[in-house]
Amino acid sequence: MENHEEILTDGVWAALERRNISRRSFLRFCSVMAGALALPASYAPRIARALEQTRRPALVWLEFQDCAGNSESALRASHPAFTDIVLDLLSWNYHELVMAPSGKAAEKSLQDTIASERGNYIAVVEGSIPLAENGVYCTIGGRSAIDIAQEVCTNAYATIAVGTCASFGGIPAAAGGVTGAVGVSQAIPGLRLINLSACPMNGANLAATLVHYLTFKELPATDNLGRPLFAHGDRIHDDCPRRAHYDAGQFVQEWGDEGHRQGWCLYKMGCKGPATNYNCPHIQWNDGTNWPIGVGHGCVGCAQPQFWDTMSPFYHTLPNVGGFGIEATAEEVGIAVVATVATLTAAHAVGTVVKKQIAKNKAKQGQPDPAASGTTTATTTSVSGLSAEGQEASQPETSNEEGTSV
Amino acid sequence: MTRIAIDPITRIEGHLRIEVEVQDGQVTDAWSSGTMFRGIEMILRDRDPRDAWVFAQRICGVCTTVHALASVRSVEDALGITIPDNARLIRNLIAGSQLVQDHVIHFYHLHALDWVDVTLALKADPGATATLAQSISAYPKSSKTYFKGVQDRLRAFVNTGQLGLFANGYWGHPAYKLPPEANLLGVAHYLEALDWQRDFIRIHAVLGGKNPHPQSYLVGGMATALNLDNEATVNADRLSLLAQLFQRGQDFVAQVYLPDVLAIASFYKDWAKIGAGLGNYMVYGDYPSDVQNDQDTYFFPGGLMLGKDLTSILPVDQQQVAEYVTHSWYTYNEGDGAGLHPWKGETQPNYTGPQPPYEFLNTDRKYSWLKSPRYDGHSVEVGPLSRMLVAYAKGKTYVTQPVNSVLKQLHVDATALFSTLGRVAARAIEAQVMVNQLPVWLAQLEENIGRGDLRIHEVNHWDPSTWPNEGFGWGHHEAPRGSLAHWVHIKGGKIANYQAVVPSTWNAGPRDAQGQRGAYESALIGTPVANPEQPVEILRTVHSFDPCLACAVHVIDPKGREYANIRVV
Repeated sequence: MENHEEILTDGVWAALERRNISRRSFLRFCSVMAGALALPASYAPRIARALEQTRRPALVWLEFQDCAGNSESALRASHPAFTDIVLDLLSWNYHELVMAPSGKAAEKSLQDTIASERGNYIAVVEGSIPLAENGVYCTIGGRSAIDIAQEVCTNAYATIAVGTCASFGGIPAAAGGVTGAVGVSQAIPGLRLINLSACPMNGANLAATLVHYLTFKELPATDNLGRPLFAHGDRIHDDCPRRAHYDAGQFVQEWGDEGHRQGWCLYKMGCKGPATNYNCPHIQWNDGTNWPIGVGHGCVGCAQPQFWDTMSPFYHTLPNVGGFGIEATAEEVGIAVVATVATLTAAHAVGTVVKKQIAKNKAKQGQPDPAASGTTTATTTSVSGLSAEGQEASQPETSNEEGTSV
Repeated sequence: MTRIAIDPITRIEGHLRIEVEVQDGQVTDAWSSGTMFRGIEMILRDRDPRDAWVFAQRICGVCTTVHALASVRSVEDALGITIPDNARLIRNLIAGSQLVQDHVIHFYHLHALDWVDVTLALKADPGATATLAQSISAYPKSSKTYFKGVQDRLRAFVNTGQLGLFANGYWGHPAYKLPPEANLLGVAHYLEALDWQRDFIRIHAVLGGKNPHPQSYLVGGMATALNLDNEATVNADRLSLLAQLFQRGQDFVAQVYLPDVLAIASFYKDWAKIGAGLGNYMVYGDYPSDVQNDQDTYFFPGGLMLGKDLTSILPVDQQQVAEYVTHSWYTYNEGDGAGLHPWKGETQPNYTGPQPPYEFLNTDRKYSWLKSPRYDGHSVEVGPLSRMLVAYAKGKTYVTQPVNSVLKQLHVDATALFSTLGRVAARAIEAQVMVNQLPVWLAQLEENIGRGDLRIHEVNHWDPSTWPNEGFGWGHHEAPRGSLAHWVHIKGGKIANYQAVVPSTWNAGPRDAQGQRGAYESALIGTPVANPEQPVEILRTVHSFDPCLACAVHVIDPKGREYANIRVV
């Protein structure tokens, strides 16, 4: 901390004193950012220039049917830290969880932003939007969530949906829900939108997305589900540090057994890593401290649309989900489940869809090698995308179990 | 008489609306309303009980993890499962660290701006601030240079004209009483706490894989594999990291959080006479010292205190919990005056409020998505104040000593605890009591590992074929915001019914069939309001409860129909 104080009193870095950070640490941060966004290191200076601008772009953060877990995840971001984001990088004008004013004064902060920054601010949406019953399942200041979202998102430069609820409906949209909950893309079609899915999304990915926007004045490239490729381009199973154990057939068989204590593969304990595209294994959580598979519990597939229905029961080994009567490998089912974006309204009825996908994949690709790890980003994106589902949607044996489409 | 609606109440989790009537500068009546509903309990129906905690955890992402714990406990209770000692300890460590981190975030980021005027920090003398800081704490970041740096950063921020989160705050309101130096101290520690919380909660990454929403629970134990010599498990390196994080937590609470609360409270002692409310305090109790979950071993003892009577603590029996919907947007088959135990819970949504957009609710009738839980007919308050009062009355020395110390430093007696300020102080005391206990549990875990006990899960009841065909369970937890419980009915290996009654339902619920107010509503009466356009005093009392609204759906009447309702955490 002495270092910190010296820099403050040094007076050399006049431009950076305002930000209370050293030139060196600032440039190091820019390099980290470039890495997180999968950009060449030569982009670091460009990021630095962009972040040194004087007028901070405005951002408003809306919470609807949420648990604030994504807000909390934003608080855990470290590169840049939340403090730096809200004080130095952006003008964080509205966010119920942390803003000073309440009631009418809070409403004023929102309306002032819409009026003075129209078309230029970023809207962040956390939580799903309930469309049933004229929106009575979520009101703020007496207005329905959809009413507020319409006004705020359509006047924004772009919208960032944080978490699986805002991206795809999430838990309120799971089988059994009655509120008509949907994600932003379904509630308000046609927006410039990016989906930072996962439950919650990793704050590091939000930070990277914001820095990308500040640097390039546009959102990062996405897959067909609107998720950033830098975060969802790779499958967990392909990048898992325990992958070697999978390939060697070394599986945890019981919680706390010898294999568990040796860090073996959790596939047989229900891990959904083979069906999930996310950068968990790389960036991990809480300053890169750990991640769910790293602690010894399987992935639950939280970055995938409708994972509450398609990935549960969470402890069933993937090929046995829903009791398919056919032999299948984790790899095949992984591809199939990822491609499934139908809302499954009946009793977690992943069976029919997955079976179809497996049959189709087999016909199309022959028997894929379960150990293959060479899936390219492009391939992964296409199998995880809506287009894959679109191609498969015309399967003849579509049953009621599949319910309505997203 | 003036009617005010404050919606949204910010710096809380979730969607809370408060309507009050103000006369002669005081609140004369108040209504608390939850305005959002999701339906998690309904969504849980028919699912695998082992999955329930993953769903239930999403009830709340601020006090994340508390619902996961209550959930696995309810299922274990229903299935008759006893967890291994290591699982008990790891759960205590996760929950205890959550409580500490949550309390710090609440004070600095959700509550402090009700007491600290950020704009006045610009007028502070950094040297005088350093003197003040050094007089109350040994915290090393207390130099004049340090405070000047913070002030410069704040000034630069303000000079941009873009006030962001701080725009439209109630700055300059006469209720702000701190001198400029204390305001600068508060701002500095607001920023420090933002960094500290991020570091401290890495405890959850070590033991739960991530935060928010740690992912290492199992029905029957924990998935946190133990092996001192493996890189992929909780090993010697990670245990050492835990010890370091606990130490940094102890330092922050002892050197920053508690001294700040005391310093700020000393300027606001009139708030020790405001906001008492019900005077009834309930605690289920938690943090067991043995795997049998024996109530007598709880680190936070359970009990019920009625009418602020510190001399009498009654036992708590979960069978005495009942919920009312008289003023909630639901109906009951036997009429809206009935109270139902959660195992018989019946929830039919019946929105009769105004269609949005609306100006005011019709508070004579139904006015909230929250139900009204009552204990043996009593409206009660839950939370850190209730816990500290019950432990204090029961003579737990690790609570009586810090409580007496705080009372002495503020020159007040124990009755001062029954107030808005009492809740703030109790939360800080509780954080200190808990953060000092974390190393004790870690040492016990290390001792078990040292003896070769690596058990983390009761494997014999994992397979559903080993379960009874039917079971009823309840799982409780003393969450940061108070007493939480989940009730589950398992039949044929699936969830037949699932219900959660959570701390903020107790505190933020509306009136019941007898017209008894909930804890917020009661506490707000008598609160001064200098300017109805800037109701900072109302925020002080509401925030002192640390509201955390999040919604769930619960289900099913005896005829098997599905219904929805809301919960507030």
